[in-house]
Amino acid sequence: MYYPTYTRRSDPFGMMRSMLRDVNRFIPTNSDQSVFPAVNVWQGDDAVAVTAELPGIDPSDIDISVKDNVLTISGERKAPDVPDAARWHRNERRFGKFTRAIRLPFAASDDKVEARMTAGVLRIVVGRPDEDKPRKIEIKAA
Amino acid sequence: MTDQMTHTPETVEKTPAQGPETMAGGRIYQPLTDIVETDEGVTLMLEMPGVSAEDVDVTLEKRVLTVRGKIQGTHPEKLQLAYAEYGEGDYERAFTLSDDFDPDKIGASVSHGVLTVTLPRAAEAQPKKIAVTGS
Repeated sequence: MYYPTYTRRSDPFGMMRSMLRDVNRFIPTNSDQSVFPAVNVWQGDDAVAVTAELPGIDPSDIDISVKDNVLTISGERKAPDVPDAARWHRNERRFGKFTRAIRLPFAASDDKVEARMTAGVLRIVVGRPDEDKPRKIEIKAA
Repeated sequence: MTDQMTHTPETVEKTPAQGPETMAGGRIYQPLTDIVETDEGVTLMLEMPGVSAEDVDVTLEKRVLTVRGKIQGTHPEKLQLAYAEYGEGDYERAFTLSDDFDPDKIGASVSHGVLTVTLPRAAEAQPKKIAVTGS
C-alpha cells in the first residue's frame, strides 16, 4: 500500500492517520448488533423444523406466529432477580426483548405448526400443506 | 431457506471450550455464565440449553468448581439438518473460587436450561485474619 501523506515529512502522523483509515474500513460499524436466537433448520419431505436455544426463558414469554411463509419467534429474556447490594463478577448472558423472522420454503397453515420446549431448547415443527406436496401423475394407457 | 438478515449472524453465544478432544468426537462448549456475589454467598448462573437436571455434574475440589452438562440432542425424526447457526455439544467449565466454600452446602438447580449453583458462605468460614508478628 502506498501512503501519499507520508511523503510529506512535515506531518509525522500522516502515515498513522492514513493507516487507521484503511483499518476502519474493514471494521463493520454495527458489530454490536447480534442476532438472537440462533436457529437450526431441519428439512424433510413432509415437514420443516426450526430449533432454537432459548435458555432461561419461560415458555409463556415466547410468542410464535406464522403468516404465509414467514415464521416469527419473539419474546423477552428477563434478567434474574438479584439483590441490589450484589456484586457482579461476570455478566456474559444477555437479556431483553428479541424477535426473529425465518422464511419457510412453503406457506404454512396455523393448524400444522407445533411448538415444544424442553430444557431451554425450542422446537417448532411446521407441516407441509397437502396442496404443496408433489403430486404423482398417473400415465393412462392410450 | 434464507434468513431475512443480510449480514452473517454474530450471536453472543457459547464458545467451544479449549481442552482435550472427546472420545466420541462431539464438541464441548463453555456455557455463558453470570456470577453474582452477596454477603450470603456466591451464585453462578450458567446457560446450558438442552441439559436436564439429571445430566448435570457439579464438583468442588481444592477451590476449583467444575460444572459439566450432557445434552440430549434435538434431532427431529425423519428430518435432515439444512441450515445451522449453532452447534450442539456437552458443556464444561471450571472456575477457581476466591474463597473456601463447604462442598456439602453447594446447591444446584436447573430451570429452562439454566443451571444455578449457589455457594453459601458459612458463618464460621468468615475470613479469619492472622496477625503477623515481627520478631
